[in-house]
Amino acid sequence: MFCVHCGLPEAEGDHPSCRGARAALEPPRFCPECARRMVVQVIPSGWSARCSRHGETTSAGVPALTD
Amino acid sequence: MTAAAERTDDRATTDVLAAAREQVLDRGVGLTEEQVLTVLRLADDRLDDLLALAHEVRMKWCGPEVEVEGIVSLKTGGCPEDCHFCSQSGRFPSPVRSAWLDIPGLVKAARQTADAGATEFCIVAAVRGPDARLLSQVREGIKAIRDSGNNIQIACSLGMLTQAQVDELVGMGVHRYNHNLETARSHFPQVVTTHSWEERWDTLRMVREAGMEVCSGGILGMGETDEQRAEFAVQLAELDPHEVPMNFLIPQPGTPYEQYEPIAGRDALRLVAAFRLAMPRTMLRFAGGRELTLGDLGAEKGMLGGVNAIIVGNYLTNLGRPAQQDLDMLADLKMPIKALSDTL
Repeated sequence: MFCVHCGLPEAEGDHPSCRGARAALEPPRFCPECARRMVVQVIPSGWSARCSRHGETTSAGVPALTD
Repeated sequence: MTAAAERTDDRATTDVLAAAREQVLDRGVGLTEEQVLTVLRLADDRLDDLLALAHEVRMKWCGPEVEVEGIVSLKTGGCPEDCHFCSQSGRFPSPVRSAWLDIPGLVKAARQTADAGATEFCIVAAVRGPDARLLSQVREGIKAIRDSGNNIQIACSLGMLTQAQVDELVGMGVHRYNHNLETARSHFPQVVTTHSWEERWDTLRMVREAGMEVCSGGILGMGETDEQRAEFAVQLAELDPHEVPMNFLIPQPGTPYEQYEPIAGRDALRLVAAFRLAMPRTMLRFAGGRELTLGDLGAEKGMLGGVNAIIVGNYLTNLGRPAQQDLDMLADLKMPIKALSDTL
């Protein structure tokens, strides 16, 4: 599995910049299955992210940002 | 700080707040650059007094209503410009990929925005300026939004314009145009090298002359000094826009500002109040970065410190908190949301 924020393997390193408050403001950018950069569309109440190999995921069901 | 310096500081503090009360609150005359700088250097223990005064100014000169807006990116990424803060520049190794929002997606975003109680919907594109394809998409999109029965006010942010493009947008019914000056004129060359501050100013001049409302603000926390923040506030006041969106830098991966530290919350609040005192009658909008810089409590303080407009929901490439959370905050603060009937 790959980190959706930096595209590196989840198990590799601590990913400090992928875990903080800033990262919480980012939709996923990399496919967790293959680390391809995804085409991401952000709209006012959600986002969608499409990997050319693994298809689309959306914010539906993902917990919303709260402080 | 020495005792003497502290006394000097106290005296300056008292003076600038007293002067602001008479000048800005009573007479509606914005602070000068020097006064804004003094405000930005107020000690932390005077911050509450400053925010309270800014709130009084906002209530007197703008009223209690809050304008709520949603924004959406029609064309994301692949921008030829080199704005150093922006993850959508094609010149930096940002993870943001190019994308176009289709018309059904645009209509859906406008509906979500209206359903959240917003009266403004801003269509944004990451471009130097619009080409024929983009303007065609905007035209089709606005028509589709209207055909869906949604009469929300539509604004656009499509970069630098020619006079013909300004006229075309007016013809489409775009009532407000956003083009941020981004930062002080003296700092702009450190932020953007592919176009000039003056080119942005020229677009804003054409927008105003064509009768559209001018929306122009910027991003705080891009390495500018206090002096440049004061300079920026006064330059915006000189522009006299209808609206000033205030963003706080979210350091974006892959951009030259990736390693910048977000601005401190108390400095962000000082800026909010200082901008209000520089522009007593202007709509001052909380935009991107407030979640990271201020959190819930700071956002409330900002709303009680001069802000009278807010972007709800997500931003262009970053996520915001749910719109309902901001609407609940406004309800708790007993701040009425501006109704669409007030704007038409």
